[in-house]
Amino acid sequence: MKLSKCLFLICACILAIVPAASAEEVSVAVAANFTAPMKQIAADFEKASGNKVVLAFGASGKFYAQIKNGAPFQLFLSADDEKPAKLEKEGLTVPGSRFTYAIGTLVLWSAKPGLVDANGDILAKGTFNKIAIANPQLAPYGAAAMEVLAKRGLTAAIKPKMVQGENISQTFQFVGTGNADLGFVALSQVMKDGKVSGGSSWIVPGKLHEPIRQDAVLLIKGKGSPAAEALVRYLKTDKAKAIIRSYGYGI
Amino acid sequence: MFLAPDDLETIWLTIRLATTVTGILLLLGTPLAWWLARSRSWLKGPLGAVVALPLVLPPSVLGFYLLLAMGPNGPVGWLTTSLGVGPLPFTFWGLVLASVFYSLPFMVQPLQNSFESVGDRPLEVAATLGASRLDAFFTVALPLAKPGFLTASIMTFAHTVGEFGVVLMIGGNIPGATRVASVQIYDHVEALEYGQAHRLAAVMLIFSFLVLLGLYAWRPTPKKG
Repeated sequence: MKLSKCLFLICACILAIVPAASAEEVSVAVAANFTAPMKQIAADFEKASGNKVVLAFGASGKFYAQIKNGAPFQLFLSADDEKPAKLEKEGLTVPGSRFTYAIGTLVLWSAKPGLVDANGDILAKGTFNKIAIANPQLAPYGAAAMEVLAKRGLTAAIKPKMVQGENISQTFQFVGTGNADLGFVALSQVMKDGKVSGGSSWIVPGKLHEPIRQDAVLLIKGKGSPAAEALVRYLKTDKAKAIIRSYGYGI
Repeated sequence: MFLAPDDLETIWLTIRLATTVTGILLLLGTPLAWWLARSRSWLKGPLGAVVALPLVLPPSVLGFYLLLAMGPNGPVGWLTTSLGVGPLPFTFWGLVLASVFYSLPFMVQPLQNSFESVGDRPLEVAATLGASRLDAFFTVALPLAKPGFLTASIMTFAHTVGEFGVVLMIGGNIPGATRVASVQIYDHVEALEYGQAHRLAAVMLIFSFLVLLGLYAWRPTPKKG
């Protein structure tokens, strides 16, 4: 009896360790600003499909360089629409697989309550020490912020007070630690339970800048992988879109 | 022109930063290394560990703590603001302060080693000949530790030139103030400007190699004391 029990236990263990034949792994490179929603989406997807999602978070530019040099990612969620298009041109993606998975919302935010008014008039007043903006050459949020300043004719006036983050995570850090009085960050960074939490903010109307499109693309290494294709489909479902919206993105 | 003007500017700023930091650390590091080499105090252990911290801490950790410490709510930020200097992040002197801390072991440890290798005897001899302790330090210990000073200065300079993470965290990428060469290379790579990245990186590579070559080619044979 004992022996059969042991055997049964061993078999049960092996079955637990070895995933079911239908389950696969899909490796995804995700732009850092999309970290929180992607974790939630991946967890839901794993539950629904039984596949395993391996997520790598980082800067889109670095991922682009790594993908060009043979990194084993199957799916790429970029922070912009430029890099996926470039990879497509270079023949490193599955043709026709590029799509917009999220549209970023820009917000002028300060950790200090009452500093930023509801129209962003503080920009013209200049009653702040420093303003943090993501590097416009690298980050779409930075480029959009510069557009807003240009529309209001403030580019030259703001320049002496400008400090640049390498990406919006760092830009947020400058403002969050109080080193810069205010800064242009992503709404997704300051949103909690559907509203801006803490400090003061001006949610920049979308008409003041080009839309901040974040595109995803299926890479060559993901070609023919049912799991990767299933995740792409899942990203377009209403369930996933609801999660994306709850983090302050449009879609 | 091999390098664009803004790339050149980052190189000058890097050299200015490294020179300033090396100068400050020579003044600060010498007494500290001397004390660490000669002291029998129980404080020697903890202080030695603090000096060596930047060797093991990731720059991201250091940079983040420095950002908090120098910020308006941090102790350093409070001090600089009350002195009328204003907060240090996003300024050249903020980078200097961060780099002084970050390059501290590269100055102190070689100096400490060379002071230790001077040993007690030359100083005892100086004392019997009537030299004061200060006098003995300047006329006996310093000349004997000269190779250590050269190594420490070159290492500190080179290490500051190669700094990246800490600068990234507290610099704010301001041209002419905090945009150093390493950050500029990172920006070029991120912006997919690989040609410019290659050129600037090649300059850094050649510089670093020459510095280290000079350091290793000029290795005095250690004297037996």
